[in-house]
Amino acid sequence: MNDPVLTVTGLCKRFPLGRKRFVNAVNHVDLAIAPGETLGMVGESGSGKSTLGRVILRLLEPTEGRILFDGQDITHLPKGRVRPLRRNMQMVFQDPWSALNPRMRIRDLIGEPVRLHMDMARSERDDRTELLARRVNLSTEFLNRTPSNLSGGQLQRVCIARAIATDPKLIVLDEPTSSLDLSVRAGILELLAEIREETKAAMLFISHDLGTVRMISDRIAVLYLGEIVEQGRAEALFETPAHPYTQALLSAHLPSDPAIPVARHVLEGEVPSPIALPAGCKFHTRCPVAIERCRRDVPAALTVPSGQQARCLRIPEGGNILERKEPA
Amino acid sequence: MTLLEVDDLHTHFISRDIDNRVRVAKALNGVSFSLEAGRILGIVGETGAGKSLTAQSVVGLLRPPAKIVGGSVRFEGRELTTMAPDALNRLRGHEIAMVVQNPRTSLDPLTRVGDQLVRLHQVHSDAAPAASRQRALEMMQAVGIPDPQSRARAWPHELSGGMAQRVLLAMALMNAPKLLIADEPTTGLDVTVQAQILDLLRDLVARFDMATTIITHDLGVVAHFCDDIAVMFAGSIVESGPVRDVFAHPAHPYTRNLIGATPERFRVGGARLLGGQPPDLYNLPDGCAFRARCGFATDLCRTPVPRTHVSADHVALCHFAGQLDAAPDAEAQA
Repeated sequence: MNDPVLTVTGLCKRFPLGRKRFVNAVNHVDLAIAPGETLGMVGESGSGKSTLGRVILRLLEPTEGRILFDGQDITHLPKGRVRPLRRNMQMVFQDPWSALNPRMRIRDLIGEPVRLHMDMARSERDDRTELLARRVNLSTEFLNRTPSNLSGGQLQRVCIARAIATDPKLIVLDEPTSSLDLSVRAGILELLAEIREETKAAMLFISHDLGTVRMISDRIAVLYLGEIVEQGRAEALFETPAHPYTQALLSAHLPSDPAIPVARHVLEGEVPSPIALPAGCKFHTRCPVAIERCRRDVPAALTVPSGQQARCLRIPEGGNILERKEPA
Repeated sequence: MTLLEVDDLHTHFISRDIDNRVRVAKALNGVSFSLEAGRILGIVGETGAGKSLTAQSVVGLLRPPAKIVGGSVRFEGRELTTMAPDALNRLRGHEIAMVVQNPRTSLDPLTRVGDQLVRLHQVHSDAAPAASRQRALEMMQAVGIPDPQSRARAWPHELSGGMAQRVLLAMALMNAPKLLIADEPTTGLDVTVQAQILDLLRDLVARFDMATTIITHDLGVVAHFCDDIAVMFAGSIVESGPVRDVFAHPAHPYTRNLIGATPERFRVGGARLLGGQPPDLYNLPDGCAFRARCGFATDLCRTPVPRTHVSADHVALCHFAGQLDAAPDAEAQA
């Protein structure tokens, strides 16, 4: 296997609230992504998915831990030296309407990263812009228009064209399809898969939609209160989820097919506040199989027989598996 | 007995452009469906297909420039489109309740949630305030709000999204409605909270024997929580029927496309999907509005589209409904 493009160890991000209180958004995250690989990051709102993506790209400053990008430690690299690296690490945001300057033409929006990061003559740049537009299946007739003339799906194609303009090694996609209709979403995912195949870029795909993540990811990491509770190959994680939270999350997902039965474990209560994290296992307040020890001991990541790693104290004795409740 | 009967409903947006010429957007074009007590209908479709507008037209909440220009809405045999505003007000929030998408903006931020429930009950009944308060607590209990006594004193901004949605549901149930319309009741909520709300909703529908419509763009919600499905495209219901039949044998090319785009059916690098823009409602084509995006379209599709019965209660608005499997496969061609 190739060396990972990105290696993150012990990454934490805390936002100070004053009076020694903090929002613990990201807690001791370890992950690695290889070239051409897609890591899907799933979690509910407030789990720290987006913050993690931004810290990795140094759009937010990490509080603790290490970020290795392309063999270089970028954790505390001064801003001025991060900037040239942006050519190799790009981001696509959730809401294409607010990600693009409404007064710029599509041509200039796609050409902007080329102008900033690549030393190209104007005519060369125009050629590249058109090539990029065609690559993302955007008709070149749109190039002289402004974003307000394009639909959401078309705008997200523009954002993807911008992200791949400089042949980056890593692309972070933060809910790139959440604001799009179903059939448009499928087209965008198809495009991303093609681009990954062609460019071998590593992708971090952040989403709360389990179905979407399953379609595109090689590996999946599940985030709960800023911590990766389970991480592993996509099939293994979907077929035999080890962490009780993953099991509950997957069972809450409704397949778009009435013929697929759903057995449900409905979680009680809501996610605790990231300001006052629960002691011990962070999931113990909602976990149906929590025992006394879960309130005290912090679980380490254990490898389960199906290959993925999960943080649950009850794995060694097999008590981590939720009983399946049949739907009423 | 049929509780709600919507027949050939047409809603237009009528405005004037800068040259003072009348412009008409045909947003609903002959929507028909009916609903019986105890059943859940799921209405799906892409953005702008007219899902929410259908709900607003039914309950008479349209604002200018939107206007019902044809068709009828009958609730227990009473015609709603021509009903006087006073009479309609007595129905809404009482026999017909609605839950809307964004729970936080639908609550009065300056009134404690318990008081909002009591107020709604008082408007529609002669009950003593104490009785209304008791009912409010019962309904909050019914929708799974822990410790209703203290939660009734909460302000809307103190509630999480899931809790606010429960309060709206409790509010909808205050006057024991016969018809509940839920417009994207779980959009924006996390999947684990969505599961809680939907389980609750289904339980309440059975317990109170309400006719219910869920408007959603999530086919998973329809597949597992609804009895019937209506698929909308460009202001028409292009296909409707029992959920299992429609998912197993979609008869309209648009439904096939929609179901083909779901994570369960869609394979990256597999069959191509028919993309494309929604049609211009100011300038709808003759015949089938989907024909520009349809792989099966022929010249026949320029003529008025028949309602075709695929089976007794499975209907599709397509010249080729039920014959798609025999026709050359458009997905393979594209």
